[in-house]
Order: sequence, then C-alpha cells, then structure tokens
Amino acid sequence: MNKIFEEPMYPYSRHADQDAARPVRHKVVVIGAGPVGLAAAVDLAQQGVAVVVLDDNDRVSTGSRAICFAKRPLEILDRLGCGQPMVDKGVQWNVGKVFFDERQVYEFNLLPEDGHKRPAFINLQQYYLEAQLVERIRELQQQGAQIEIRGRNKVTEIDAQPDHVALEIDTPDGPYGLEADWLIACDGASSPTRRMLGLDFVGRVFEDNFLIADVVMEADFPTERWFWFDPPFNRGQSALLHKQPDGVWRIDLQLGWDIDKEREKRPENVIPRLKAMLGEEVEFQLEWVSIYTFQCRRMEKFRHGRVIFAGDSAHQVSPFGARGANSGLQDSDNLCWKLALVLDGKAPDSLLDSYDAERIQGADENILNSSRSTDFITPKSEMSRILRDAVLDLSEHHPFARPLVNSGRLSVPCIHDGSPLNSADALDGPARSRPGAPCPDAPLDDGFLLDHLGGEFILLTINADAPDLIQEAGISVRRLALSTQANTHSALKERYLGDNASAVYLIRPDQHVAARRPSYDDNLIRQAIRRATGKE
Amino acid sequence: MEDTDHLILTPNIDGADDFYADLLAAHDGLSKAESDALNARLVLVLANHIGDRSILKQALKAAARHPQ
Repeated sequence: MNKIFEEPMYPYSRHADQDAARPVRHKVVVIGAGPVGLAAAVDLAQQGVAVVVLDDNDRVSTGSRAICFAKRPLEILDRLGCGQPMVDKGVQWNVGKVFFDERQVYEFNLLPEDGHKRPAFINLQQYYLEAQLVERIRELQQQGAQIEIRGRNKVTEIDAQPDHVALEIDTPDGPYGLEADWLIACDGASSPTRRMLGLDFVGRVFEDNFLIADVVMEADFPTERWFWFDPPFNRGQSALLHKQPDGVWRIDLQLGWDIDKEREKRPENVIPRLKAMLGEEVEFQLEWVSIYTFQCRRMEKFRHGRVIFAGDSAHQVSPFGARGANSGLQDSDNLCWKLALVLDGKAPDSLLDSYDAERIQGADENILNSSRSTDFITPKSEMSRILRDAVLDLSEHHPFARPLVNSGRLSVPCIHDGSPLNSADALDGPARSRPGAPCPDAPLDDGFLLDHLGGEFILLTINADAPDLIQEAGISVRRLALSTQANTHSALKERYLGDNASAVYLIRPDQHVAARRPSYDDNLIRQAIRRATGKE
Repeated sequence: MEDTDHLILTPNIDGADDFYADLLAAHDGLSKAESDALNARLVLVLANHIGDRSILKQALKAAARHPQ
C-alpha cells in the first residue's frame, strides 16, 4: 500500500504566470508547504487575501516528524477549519511513565482541566496535518478563494526591495520570475530564504542528534508516553516511546552530538537498538528512520522589511516539549490577521513589528524551556548529573521531587505581557485572561467560547452593556454578549470574571486579549482598538 | 515575632553536636559517589521543605564560597 507521503499531492502544472511578459505581482507569497506555510496560506485566504504557496516538492512530508499537537494549536486549527479531523484521527493520551536506568520511577496523569473543547494534546503524524491543510486549500479554492499551491517551484533567488520582493523560481519547465508585496518564509530550519538573504541564525545554545523511528508493531503497548533517562539500551542518553494512529509507534533515541549519522541510520545498527528497547520477542517493522539534528537558536529579528520568517526558519528548539510545529502555528496565527489589516490599508505596516516582539518572546520562552529540559536530560557536568540522578531517585518514593523531573515541558501558549498592542489591565480579574493572554476556552450553553470568537475583533461582554458593533479607524468590532446567569457553567465566571460582577474584553482576531475592563467605556475601548492595531 | 522573610544565619539547631554527628553518620561507609548522591538528595529534600524561593535564593548565596 502506498503511504500518504508517497503520492504527489500538489503536482507541478504550468501556470500562466510562467508565460507572462514580465513577472506577475502577487499580494502574498509563502515559501514552503509545511504545516506553518500551509496554515498561513489558509488563514490569509479565509481573510480574503490572495496568496500563492511555493514548494520545491509536491507532496506532504515523509515520516511522522512533528507528532504532538497541543491544545492551543488545535484551537488555531479549529479556526482554520482543520481541528476536528485532526482530533478525530489523532491519539489522545493522559498517562506518562518515567523510567530511570532499569526501573520505572513514577507515572503521572496530565489530568487536563475540564471545560475545553480541545484536549491537552493529540499525537498525529505531521503528514496528516499537511494533508488536512491541503484539503482545506482545495475547499477554499472551490469556494472561490484566491489561494494556490505550486508544487516543484523552487525559489532560487530573492531580491528584497523596500516596496516588494522579486523571486526567481525554477520549475520542471525552466525558470520564471514572480513578485510579491509580502513574502512569508516558512522554509524550515535550513531556510534557503534566510541563506539567500544572508541573514544570520544567531544564539546557538547547543546541538544534539536523535534517531527517530516510526515502527509498526504487533505489540500492545498502552496509549501512554514513556520516557527513559539513562536506560540500559541507550546508556547516558534518553529515549521516548509514543503512540500514533495506524498502529505506528514513534521512538526517539537521543544519540549525543558527536556521532556518525550515516552509520547510525543503517538498519543493522537501528534494529538491535530497538530490539533492546522493545524486547527481543516483539515483532516490528521499520516504517521510517531519520537522524534529526537540532540546534537551539533563533533569528535576531523575524521581520526583515517585506520578508517575514515564521516557524523553524525563524527559530529552532530541541524536540523536548513539542515546541516546533506548535510554536510555528502560533507564529502564523499571530502574523496573518496583522498582515491582512496592513494589506487592506486598515493598519500601518508597523503593526507587523508587534509580530516580531510577540513571537520573539514566544521563541525565547520555548528556547528557555527547551534548554532547561536538555540540561536535565543531558547533564553537562558531574555535579549536574549527581543532582539529576538524585531528583530521579527521590521521585520514585517522594511526590515532591516529581515536578523537578524534566523530560520536556509540554508546549503552552505564550502570554504576551508587555506587548505594544495591550492596553493596561483595568480589571482585577483572573491572571490567565489578562491582556496578552490567549483566551481560555469555556463551555457555553451552545458550544464552546472559542468557536464563538472566530477570527475577527470581538468585544466580549459578560453581564455588561455595550454597542453591538463598534467601528473605529476602519476596524469593525462585533460584540459577543454573554451572561453568567444564562450560562449554567461556572468556567466562564472562573476564567473571565473572578470576583467581578461584570467584565468587557477586547479580543484580537488571534483570540488573544487586547484589553479588559469591568464595564464598557466608549473612549477607552476605542483607544484600545487603535492600540491593538498599531495606531497608538 | 518570627522573621520568615530572611534566611536564618544565627544558631537555630538544638543539639548542634548531635545533628552534626547524625550528618556524619549518614555518610558512614559510603563511597565518594554514594556520599555525593546522598548530599544531593539531602539538599533537594531540605529545599523542598523550605519551599520559599526567596529563602532558597538567600541560602544559595550564603553557601557560595564568595558571597557578594
């Protein structure tokens, strides 16, 4: 049977642009049809922005790659029309086991908070997400959206001008030129765009290699996350076993930084390692093996004039904590509404600088977390190993030590405290929904809160009066009126009111809080709208 | 009134000699590696008991060889 990633999903076909007398200008060109590039394209198309995606390949990525999708990215994918099929297909898990040396030291249950539409995490191969996004693009095309994906279109030259970006593209029919008002580079960790523009990838913190294997197994391991510190089958390193759909198991074996990659990848070297891990008697087939090398670093700036970097092209972290694709989807979520407003003339292009500020904060948080996990998993000194082993030893018998065990802090969204788009917090309300925070979901009588927010500016009023529609400086803000009396669920009150009788929230199209107050104040809300769109 | 904001750096253990003897006894017969591991576990157990991050920071500073 052919795998989904063996079939061309967006095969090359000649485009009229290739026969144009001079390069055709497009509003937005996205380079890279990975999860981040495809999500950005869908987001822009949903907002009525014409977008062209270029990729040097013509199919979804091979092998599972990013497999763990966290709640916030699933909520973003809901907005893009892809959340439900992801959750339907994905594997949900709550139990994790931690092993040290030859024994299990403890097990935990994530016990996710109730009252959210989406689970804390699902496991799903990256190619399913990409296939889902491509399907969504086809659906949008049928609805008349101006969105295209051009396979086997390899960008070979980029000329970034102050008012546009010129591209030279190679295809099976030869080269052609294209221009873009804006270019979004989602071309991965080794980003050719970054290289062509001569931009640095600074702040390298460390480097490591992982043997990553997708294994099809008969064995009936439970749906749990198993993590080993210093196991007998991979001494001095770590290992991870995670379940994916279709009876595929994902195994990550840390190899260290100084290895012979080609040698480690050969089946005769991989199979004995896996047998030692899974047990001699377990029957399995190798579906995909790869050596994943990562560095932990980011670009100094993500926005370079009219070229904007998102996802791995802008920042790279270790795989601990599933912070790659998850943070890339948050980049795209943060960027697209801003770019749409700028293209529409409804916001100054300086609004895009807030993308830099907010997503650099997100990247730094991810790099910090991921560096700490790495320090725990791979101690860098004798004493740091002694302390690490002490934590693991104690965790077997004493619950206090378990929060210190760090096998990756799973991805949670960044709260943009201090963002230039925030208005000062005027509500003594719950900290989790303060300005800069992504809106926590909450069950309502007719579904979930986030489904009611959608992808536009919203004025959420809880037990408070306000106009149903506010127009300010070209921005329309629709009111979502809720009351805690009508709503039988307590989560809305706990997550948005705290001890207050009423509240008014200005919510951005990416569902982050821009401002909040106890009641509606026309002047202050209008000011908050201008601030959230880069006009103050 | 008890001061809970500051690390106690004045004598605070009843029977200091007995405590010190207990500490040494815990290391009796251990190899260097086993003793290092015991010390590490002890630090973690005590740190968790204290809990207060500000006190822990003061303790880290007090224990550093050249406190600033």
